[in-house]
Amino acid sequence: MTKWVWKGIRTGVKTTAYPRREETAPGVSPGRPAGRQFAHEEDARAMASLCPTGALNRIKDEVLVNHGHCITCFRCREQYPLSIAWEEGFEWAEFTEKGCRLERPFAGSIHIRTVDAGACGACMSEIKQITGPYYNIHRLGFFMTPTPRAADVLLVSGPLTEHTVGPLRKAYEAMASPKRVIAVGTCALSGGPFGTGFACRGGIGETVPVDIEVPGCPPPPLAILHALLLAAGKRTQAAGKGER
Amino acid sequence: MGLPLNNILQFNEIQDIVSARWQESVKVRIDLEKLIVYLSPEPALLPEVCDWLFSERGYAFATMVVEERDPDWVIRYLFYGPFGAGQVQVIVRFPLSGTTISSISPQIHAADWQEREIEDLFGLFFEGHPRLGDFVLHEEWPEGVNPMRASFDAGKPYPAKEPDPGWRPNRILEAPGSFMMPIGPVYSDHAESAHFLLETVGEDVIRTIPRFFYKYRGVEKIAEGQPAERVVLLAERFSGTSAFAHSLAFCQAVEEVVGIEGPARAKALRVLLAELERLRHHMAAIAGICSSTALSVAAAQASVLEEELLRLTCGFTGHRYLFALNVPGGLSLDLSDARCTGMSETLWGLLERIKELHEMLRFTSSFLDRLEEVGVVSKEKAVAYGLVGPIARASGVSRDLREAQPYAGYDGHLRFLVPREEEGDGYARLRVLFSEAEQSVNLIRQVSFSLPPGPVRERLNMRAGAALGWAEAPRGATFHWVRLDEKGRVGCYRVMTPSFVNWHGFHLAAEDFAFQDFPIIMATFGLSNAECDR
Repeated sequence: MTKWVWKGIRTGVKTTAYPRREETAPGVSPGRPAGRQFAHEEDARAMASLCPTGALNRIKDEVLVNHGHCITCFRCREQYPLSIAWEEGFEWAEFTEKGCRLERPFAGSIHIRTVDAGACGACMSEIKQITGPYYNIHRLGFFMTPTPRAADVLLVSGPLTEHTVGPLRKAYEAMASPKRVIAVGTCALSGGPFGTGFACRGGIGETVPVDIEVPGCPPPPLAILHALLLAAGKRTQAAGKGER
Repeated sequence: MGLPLNNILQFNEIQDIVSARWQESVKVRIDLEKLIVYLSPEPALLPEVCDWLFSERGYAFATMVVEERDPDWVIRYLFYGPFGAGQVQVIVRFPLSGTTISSISPQIHAADWQEREIEDLFGLFFEGHPRLGDFVLHEEWPEGVNPMRASFDAGKPYPAKEPDPGWRPNRILEAPGSFMMPIGPVYSDHAESAHFLLETVGEDVIRTIPRFFYKYRGVEKIAEGQPAERVVLLAERFSGTSAFAHSLAFCQAVEEVVGIEGPARAKALRVLLAELERLRHHMAAIAGICSSTALSVAAAQASVLEEELLRLTCGFTGHRYLFALNVPGGLSLDLSDARCTGMSETLWGLLERIKELHEMLRFTSSFLDRLEEVGVVSKEKAVAYGLVGPIARASGVSRDLREAQPYAGYDGHLRFLVPREEEGDGYARLRVLFSEAEQSVNLIRQVSFSLPPGPVRERLNMRAGAALGWAEAPRGATFHWVRLDEKGRVGCYRVMTPSFVNWHGFHLAAEDFAFQDFPIIMATFGLSNAECDR
């Protein structure tokens, strides 16, 4: 078995320096559209009509992005030269109106329970990555726990299918207070491409109280990590969103 | 696999044999250009004809497609043969007022779950099926309301009724001390939602009762009435970890309806991207197997490779999971030759590390002890259940759509091997994953150095029609049946996914093994519930 020990040592440290330093490695995030002003109102109207999920809103000659609906389909990006602005980065997590961080005695070591509410698998895969060597949330005092009773934070992804309403509600009720809910991915925020209908509820917001939202389809691992850091009060929201 | 010449003869014989055996009762039509035989038997003869195709002619059962085409039900049973032997569609029509049809699952067990699903979603009753009832739609869904029927409004909320509080799962085990152990639907780590009831006497799992479809999003119903460009976004979300394969199958079906082949460059790039996805999926599956056996360093090594592939994919195409690349008519993005060869060079370096990991695992006895002779699926069972993908190939069934029914750029000059193992245990499945990963890197290398020039996207002139699209997704064969109207809106969309087919056979591997082997067997299957539930 010593060969594995040596293999591990030889591999060295792969883990990102975020949040101590900024992460700039290529491919950690696909980026996302950012609003921009157009020269003509018709251009803005044409741009807003490209979005298949209604994430682009037009106000006169300006197009604004509602990230809670964006599924990164790139259709607004390919329309060169009239394409939308594209922002790099990954610090996308935001508090909801009523959301707030965990109080100080609980914020040092946070236990996380994941619930899959009908996600396509990409969000679940990105949640898996944050426990892997490149992101390694354990170094920051975050731990996955097998039971909701021991959990402080619930990570939920997926548009909330009817069959997962019961399991999600039970998992939330089993958690001890104080507790926080993080909605991971556009589906959990708005239903994404699945919307609201006979099988999906169009997001988890009406079933459990969401504290932090992470938009993205799927949000990259660092965006999910940013949400966890917000919950622990170790990081703030993007500029202009205020502190909580 | 026999010689293609034999397979072509096998295809040509069908017409003669059918007319000799059933005379006028089975109508035959043959499409030599597309290599498809259409058989229309009288409803009573359906099980006999299907059984003949499956057992005697060796055609594999792909899926069955139900369509409500006023004034008739049209049910298609799709079969496919090895390379050169084409496809067979067995078509049955009967008036919409009738809701009963003979079941083929006593003859072809692979159709078992498909008939149960159709009973739930369409309200058709299969005579002779041993077990119909709640399947896709759980207990709280009222009987007689069938979401895939044209009359059902997908926009209205779930018509839930109170579930019976006295409901108990059906137990067969009556030994002293026996009990039923529930697992899921919320798991201890980041697994997808699904529920298993394991009947046990303490150590060995005697019976596995899976309860899936927690994640039923009704995607095929939502797709109806939407334009094809919009539906491709849904197609790639059947399973986010094999998004490219599913959107590829959907786009190929649309292109077939419209009657275009797609630009040569797009076809070559589709091979490259599909293989990149397969490579990343297999690394994730290997990481899952390593962590299920608690071999942390190996799991970390595989995760490092997986994350590096995700970053590479993102730098290469803009998205970590290859979303939004396939569009009906080609690709949304051109990738330059230099970038493709550059990526294949990077992958060549990565392959060395993958091989090193395989070599180290091969000589770790504590790891092999957990995999060898655990979760065995025999070849006979794999054929009977119609298993697909790496799981079937680990049980001695070398069936691969890239070879059997070539699509995109897989026809012609690309050379690759379809790995096959005989044991059918967890270790055989792991070896198949490693061999396929190596073949994928080889394929990417071949494609990136022989990319044809030209555009990557072709304009579509929409027209009405229906066609089948297929692809060998990382987890196995997937089939997409798409019907479009003249404006390019989807009228009917039915999908068969490898996870659905392989979960059906999961109990074969899980039963009669010890409790602590269950998560390992699950990891060696490496299936997606989102893909199964849709």
